[in-house]
Amino acid sequence: MKVLMFGWEFPPHISGGLGTACYGLTQGLSKKGVDITFVIPRLTDRTTRSHVRLIDYTDALREYAVQGTTTKWLKRLKVMAVESLLAPYVTEETYLEMVKKISSTGKKTTKIAEKSDVFDLSNDYGPNIFESVSRYASIAGVIASQESFDVIHVHDWMTIPAGMEAKYVSGKPLVVHVHALEFDRSGMHVNQRIYDIERAGMESADHVITVSHYTKARIIEYYGIPAGKISVVHNAVSRQESFNKYHVKKSPLRKYVLFLGRITFQKGPDYFVEAAKLVLEKARNTHFIMAGSGDMMPRLIERVSELRMGSNFHFVGFLRGEDVERAFAMSDVYVMPSVSEPFGISALEGAVYDTPVIVSRQSGVTEVLNHSLKVDFWDIRELANKILGVLSYGGIHDEITSNAKKDLRNITWEMAGSKILDVYTNLI
Amino acid sequence: MPSICFYFQVHQPYRVGKYTFFDIGSRHDYEDVEKDKSITRKVAQKCYLPANNLILKLINKYKGWFKVSYSISGTALDQFNEYAPEVIDSFKRLSDTGCVEFMNETYYHSLAFLFSKPEFTQQVNLHKRRIKELFGQTPRVFRNTELIYNNELGAMAESMGYKAVLAEGADHVLGWRSPNFVYQPAGCYKTKLLLRNYRLSDDIAFRFSNRHWDKYPLSADKFVQWVKQINGSGEVINLFMDYETFGEHQWEDTGIFNFMENLPEKLTQIPEFNFVTPSEEAELYDPVAQLDVPSFVSWADVERDLTAWMGNNMQLEALERVYSLERKVKRTRSPELLDTWRKLQTGDHFYYMCTKWFSDGDVHKYFNPYTSPYDAYINYMNVLSDFTDVLDANIPARRENHERQQYRSISI
Repeated sequence: MKVLMFGWEFPPHISGGLGTACYGLTQGLSKKGVDITFVIPRLTDRTTRSHVRLIDYTDALREYAVQGTTTKWLKRLKVMAVESLLAPYVTEETYLEMVKKISSTGKKTTKIAEKSDVFDLSNDYGPNIFESVSRYASIAGVIASQESFDVIHVHDWMTIPAGMEAKYVSGKPLVVHVHALEFDRSGMHVNQRIYDIERAGMESADHVITVSHYTKARIIEYYGIPAGKISVVHNAVSRQESFNKYHVKKSPLRKYVLFLGRITFQKGPDYFVEAAKLVLEKARNTHFIMAGSGDMMPRLIERVSELRMGSNFHFVGFLRGEDVERAFAMSDVYVMPSVSEPFGISALEGAVYDTPVIVSRQSGVTEVLNHSLKVDFWDIRELANKILGVLSYGGIHDEITSNAKKDLRNITWEMAGSKILDVYTNLI
Repeated sequence: MPSICFYFQVHQPYRVGKYTFFDIGSRHDYEDVEKDKSITRKVAQKCYLPANNLILKLINKYKGWFKVSYSISGTALDQFNEYAPEVIDSFKRLSDTGCVEFMNETYYHSLAFLFSKPEFTQQVNLHKRRIKELFGQTPRVFRNTELIYNNELGAMAESMGYKAVLAEGADHVLGWRSPNFVYQPAGCYKTKLLLRNYRLSDDIAFRFSNRHWDKYPLSADKFVQWVKQINGSGEVINLFMDYETFGEHQWEDTGIFNFMENLPEKLTQIPEFNFVTPSEEAELYDPVAQLDVPSFVSWADVERDLTAWMGNNMQLEALERVYSLERKVKRTRSPELLDTWRKLQTGDHFYYMCTKWFSDGDVHKYFNPYTSPYDAYINYMNVLSDFTDVLDANIPARRENHERQQYRSISI
């Protein structure tokens, strides 16, 4: 089984859960004997804009994996980066030339090459992203004509045009994997063009995979995709046991409450701040850590000062690698108050590091992580009540973390891999 | 000529309402009165009243041959009294027939036996007086909350003068022995031990409407065949179950009432067959052996042990905390605070905190008003925190602050 996969990010260059999920999923699939060519646009600032090149990126990846766990599965995974893809100045002429040069067969010209404005790329959202998406799609057509594969698999809207293009060129079945919807990121203020891309992609896909039943239901409701065409494959978490290398000695007097995620509307950081205020009214020695960055950060910093809780509320920025582990390990409770979270791998990470987890009911992860505390994201008082409950009553910590560990045993990337393999098998 | 002994458990807990950390110190009413009222009224309509009518009809029809027994918790009686007094009247009518026996239990359906013998004894006596006052009979048979039993409880029952005590006929207690005989608690010489036939009891109580069960559907005829099979290899069949089986756990449309109505008629086919109440059973049959039960058994879950209420640290902490308040509560000499404390001892509160999700988990979920055991725990502990403060404010001032600080460690 050979799969041509289009992603947007892949470790080590990641900005969020999508890269982590793609890494885990390809790992799970590789272990099932699936060969994957993974294509990513490399988000670099380099000024070499003139041409598009396909670069074998496997070496850099192998470096990353060595730091992680086993590398055997990597042999089945080939990562390609489409460097300088984001260059916005490739004209239709130079692109056609380039296609001719790259494509040895030269039989097909891509749809985008014929008609450059498949998506209206003018103004508003920031035209660059749409242009990038569009150019990524055109490159996808070239790759699809070069590579041999059985299935095309794409991850989220940015890669959907690429997948549609690859399907058009190759005639192979397309799987659209939805990790997040425009509705999750933007609430009811959706960007119509992104919605259109998502919808077109799911309509033209041969099958759709979602990371939760929660997201599946939203796709049925908001996008009108028939339920029979959608399979749910829950995400997992890579490491099942924490090594306790950050054996943080927890003080009974000082408690830490962690938020870790992008500081954006979708993640509900503002609810975390408001709940912190309520908690501090009852337990003054509680400290709140907000790890991450995002467009809401300035406003929240201001709000924290306004509430006069700066000495107990700490913005620590975007954490990577070991710092993430350390943050989980030192915290007494992890809070993920997302407004709409298709999955939420970080909740599983909390469980890995023996940290009790409070998640919003509007999160897909609650479907697999039974042993967590659940609140509606808007119910600040209840969130504060639960934080205080975990911090005050000794019986809950060990019970919830040891049971969550049992949940984790049934949540593996291998399992996700075999479910995806089933989807592939039904398509070819 | 086997005898069948029907015993129905009637119980309703007082429900604790939503109580957050922010309510601590600001309000002291823990009960969800509306919920108590609506559930009591609902179950009265669906189960207690129609089931009592049916039992009364059968008793009248068979003129003294058909008999049953009940154990009704004090918390259920109090709620009937308040929200559905017609249920009390209908139990009184049953009692008047002389074919119904009422047993004794802890008034608050509590686990007091495991934590405080004085408190246990007080609750048992409270219940005994209440039964006497309502139904004019002094209970002679004891059944502990959820059929929790061990040798010590058997000995206690004897010392308190009961003719018999009930327990689960669990496999790990009986071994090769049959539950269909009368036994005696280890070391006792008067009190008998009556064991629940869990297979036949659960065929009615749990499996009756289960379409995946290979014996489905269960008819009175089929059941009587199983009873006949015991003939010769046993003397008694103890069918102990929740009364809510009729109309609440098994809805009326499953045919549960019809089953019960037809059963006595079919049993008349068996020669010399009869119905007995627990005290009659104890009088009629000699114990075949003494039964050694060193560790606790109960009728709950597949384990038939205490893990439904005491299986994790949240449950243990909550139980230890509530019983640690005994001395304080009693020092206040306040009947209201004593009553509140005792309502908080009802076993259901700890059952809601059970984390055994799988296999038995679905039964727990069915009976659980909370969405998770963690929510149940936090809510209960919030209540206990407030109640502790209330107690401290109500006992003659002494150095109690010290104790309180221990429990509220984060609010230093």
